[in-house]
Amino acid sequence: MSKFNVSISPHIRSRETTATIMLDVIIALLPSVIVGVAVFGARAFAITMLSVTSCVASEYIYEKLLKLPVTVTDLSAVVTGLILAVNLYSTAPWWIPVLGGAFAIIVVKMLFGGIGQNFMNPALAARCFLLLSFSRIMTDYPQIDGVSGPTPLVLAKQGTVVPVRDLLIGTHSGTIGETSAIAIIIGFIYLCIRGVIKPREPLSVILSTGVFVTLFSVIQGIPVTLNYLAVHMLGGGMLLGAVFMASDYATTPVTPLGQVIFGCCVGFITALIRCVGGGTEGVSYAIIISNILTPLIEKATMPRPFGIERPKKPKKEAAKND
Amino acid sequence: MKENTPSERLYNGILKENPTFVLMLGMCPTLAVTTSAINGVGMGLSTCAVLMMSNLIISLLRKFIPDRVRMPAYIVVVASFVTLVEMLMQAYVRPIYTALGLYIPLIVVNCIILGRAESYASKNPPLASFFDGLGMGLGFTLALTIIGAVRELLGAGEIFGLRVMPESFEPVSIMVMAPGAFLVLAVLTALQNRFHAPSATNHGDRFCSGNCAGCMDKSCGIGERSEK
Repeated sequence: MSKFNVSISPHIRSRETTATIMLDVIIALLPSVIVGVAVFGARAFAITMLSVTSCVASEYIYEKLLKLPVTVTDLSAVVTGLILAVNLYSTAPWWIPVLGGAFAIIVVKMLFGGIGQNFMNPALAARCFLLLSFSRIMTDYPQIDGVSGPTPLVLAKQGTVVPVRDLLIGTHSGTIGETSAIAIIIGFIYLCIRGVIKPREPLSVILSTGVFVTLFSVIQGIPVTLNYLAVHMLGGGMLLGAVFMASDYATTPVTPLGQVIFGCCVGFITALIRCVGGGTEGVSYAIIISNILTPLIEKATMPRPFGIERPKKPKKEAAKND
Repeated sequence: MKENTPSERLYNGILKENPTFVLMLGMCPTLAVTTSAINGVGMGLSTCAVLMMSNLIISLLRKFIPDRVRMPAYIVVVASFVTLVEMLMQAYVRPIYTALGLYIPLIVVNCIILGRAESYASKNPPLASFFDGLGMGLGFTLALTIIGAVRELLGAGEIFGLRVMPESFEPVSIMVMAPGAFLVLAVLTALQNRFHAPSATNHGDRFCSGNCAGCMDKSCGIGERSEK
């Protein structure tokens, strides 16, 4: 008797599932959340919990009501909740994360067909929804050591020098997860080692922002110092957006070249909003605008299968004959 | 119900073929001016007035207008009535006139008006055409008022300027901006489909995408002329 097992391919399976990838992202986000809670206190923790609960509950209730298979165990709703939470200020009232989570999951994700079908990053779309709807509440800077201060980007726009040490550790005003550059970089290195994301997308976002910010500032005659650039790259939502949102699988291109183009696109729009437009932030808008460009970028950078030539453009002579 | 009677035309315009919710025509004013219920009513009624009168006149002139120049002729008729309505609004309802602004002259190119002229008034007697315009206009008004009321309720906590939400309600200002219009219209259409009411995407056996060039349904007469 033969001991060979006869079956159809595939014969080698990866242990990676959606849930393990999402778990990796959650682990990578933890340092930022912990620093956020340490800097902004228990309120930041409550906001994070509310946001995660709201996302998971919305997905569960929606799928139960529509009699769909329940997919909350793939942890993607938890990731959406965490990303939304790290994008909020800790001063937000309790209903902001609840409403934002429900909008992210139901309107942006589930209505378009659930995980992998959304054309826009759910957490960022929810953030922009909240920002447009409740602009006063959503720009209420939290206090650090009893002092309510603007975020480093606002200070940089006014010409104040922000010490880089504060930017790295995170002891300055900002959203829950964006303040500490070191915490985000730890998460970035973890994700790269685990192979969840490739470094090219975050790096192209950050580098292109630097290049375009320099370019626009020089054109406008704003002096570009090292500190000014450091604030732009470390001070706002730049790092957070580059690592956790510009690397989302569903809403960014799959081709390597496309990912770099996507990153440059984000950098360009961010620099445009920050330097030419009136805004101080802009990464969220830049990412969701680039999300919409993703299908076009993919179409333009689709690799050529071996042995198949690209269709040549009709020559001018052929056009004359028509 | 007997066809082409005044009551049948009213029912058809308001419910069965509601221009906004079922035919999905005239989306530009629908999305742009419905920031509040009163703006919706104003836009709806002014369109209704133009629609009634233009349908009546075009129906009266239907034997005199040569086929080849019918579009310019319709535009001239519609534009005259729009000018009248605009001047009357400027004189008597100043606040609505300022709120609607550019969208009043734009009624001239509203596809509901040209659509009804082309598909109904140019083939039917004056009385039925007049009531067709009235029904369509009222259906349009109803739709704009509903969308405007929902947006005003969520975006400002008011309906027709009256505070209905409690003081602690924080207005969702995105609802009175452009994205809110799309959200509200989409949700209302989804509800229509849920309850199996007729709509542009839930059409049972009758189907009109508004695209006559690619339409296979030969039972309707809208496209016949252009094919000839």
